[in-house]
Amino acid sequence: MNLEISGLVQRFGATTVLDHLEVRTGDVRSLVLVGPSGGGKSTLLRILAGLDVPVAGSVTFDGEPLPRDESSLRAYRRTVGTVFQAYNLFPHLTAMENLLLPLVHVHGLSEPEAQARVREPLERFHLAQHAHKRPAELSGGQKQRIAILRALVVRPRRLFLDEPTSALDPEMTAEVLEMIGELKDLGTQFVLVTHEMGFARRAADVVAYIGDGRVLAHGPPAAIFDTCDVSSVRSFFAKILH
Amino acid sequence: MPRWLAHVIVVLLFAALLAVAFSRVNYAWNWTGVWEYREKLLQGFGVTVALSVASLVASTLIGMLAALLLGSTNTLLEAVGRVYVELIRGTPLLVQLLIGFYVVASAVGLENRYVVGVLLLSLFSGAYMADIFRGGLAAIPQTQRDSARAIGLTPWQSFRLVILPQAIRLVLPAVAGQFVSLIKDSSLLSVIAVAEFTLAAQEVNAFTYSTLESYLPLAAGYLLLTLPLSAVSRLLERRYRYEA
Repeated sequence: MNLEISGLVQRFGATTVLDHLEVRTGDVRSLVLVGPSGGGKSTLLRILAGLDVPVAGSVTFDGEPLPRDESSLRAYRRTVGTVFQAYNLFPHLTAMENLLLPLVHVHGLSEPEAQARVREPLERFHLAQHAHKRPAELSGGQKQRIAILRALVVRPRRLFLDEPTSALDPEMTAEVLEMIGELKDLGTQFVLVTHEMGFARRAADVVAYIGDGRVLAHGPPAAIFDTCDVSSVRSFFAKILH
Repeated sequence: MPRWLAHVIVVLLFAALLAVAFSRVNYAWNWTGVWEYREKLLQGFGVTVALSVASLVASTLIGMLAALLLGSTNTLLEAVGRVYVELIRGTPLLVQLLIGFYVVASAVGLENRYVVGVLLLSLFSGAYMADIFRGGLAAIPQTQRDSARAIGLTPWQSFRLVILPQAIRLVLPAVAGQFVSLIKDSSLLSVIAVAEFTLAAQEVNAFTYSTLESYLPLAAGYLLLTLPLSAVSRLLERRYRYEA
């Protein structure tokens, strides 16, 4: 994917969250957004995922601009997958029913077609034995992996992952990150917001550091984590990487 | 101690208390007079069941409609819903029935007191249902709507497949409680001469002068309707209990 953003502004009431944000990633498979809380990472991701419309500015993926009207945005959302920090799954449905819902009701597959499509991914990610369970019966890590799978089985062009491990303990974080790493190896493109710097270093083609509503630095992981000359970026990593 | 045993013990205790109270007032029981009128009581019971069922259905529909009004972004529609709910909940059902039947229904030419009775009772109960439904919809977290949008559902699909099924589970216990109230409130229809259970008991009392013998079957009859509802409500509450 080739993401180009220019002059992106987002406000909530009097608060400016994205302040003329600019970035050009070049052709990459994975983009990881890092930076301080409240810096605008999640706000940006929601715009990229077609969930919110910015006040101003333009966003293009591979030269295609993001639409602004709700029905075109809905069509766009059907071509991508989004996973939030928590509570992605519908609690009244089993894991399997959660997976089938978008396939059947959004993408027009028959029930047996949808069943057939989810079988292999469920096996691959060792979730088949949990398919009949309700979210309340799943661990946090299992819930997130089912949520990622639900985003994945519709064969999206790319995934948007908004701090998918922030609500998890370290063991479950590892299990979810492992899955995302595996997806990357399978060729899945994604934009990920995370505080897991070790994982960002491994999995990112490009890391963008977002603070004060702007991209303060972006580039290959090493250039951001080790040799960045922007002082606010350096002090952020100095604080959290100890 | 098992729950059922606890229930039996408590019921027996209450019964003993009542028995003591009755024995102290030296009440002269006369069941034979009331027994003569058993068919009248049974008929009244039947009418109450029919009125209740009709009002349950109608008040649910009215409640849903009013909940939509309450949730509307159109300020006029929202005001209509809010005024309806507050007016109904803030005034006695007795007054609503009298004005509704003798003034409003007469004015529009509606004379069947059973139809009017069901309508007025449903409007009354619907106001409470509306707030229950609105609360249920509002209790579904924003993340669920976000997730529904993220997978590409239309607003209507999101409502039908995600929001409504969860909201229904949330409101079922409260709705069952409202149904119990509705059944008991139907007794007030006696004031517009609907020949339901309570009016039947009043008449039997007037014929026999056996007040307690007329009204005790009344209490038992209402319990017969409301206890199963409460039981079903508790059952549903247990079955649908899950965390997000």
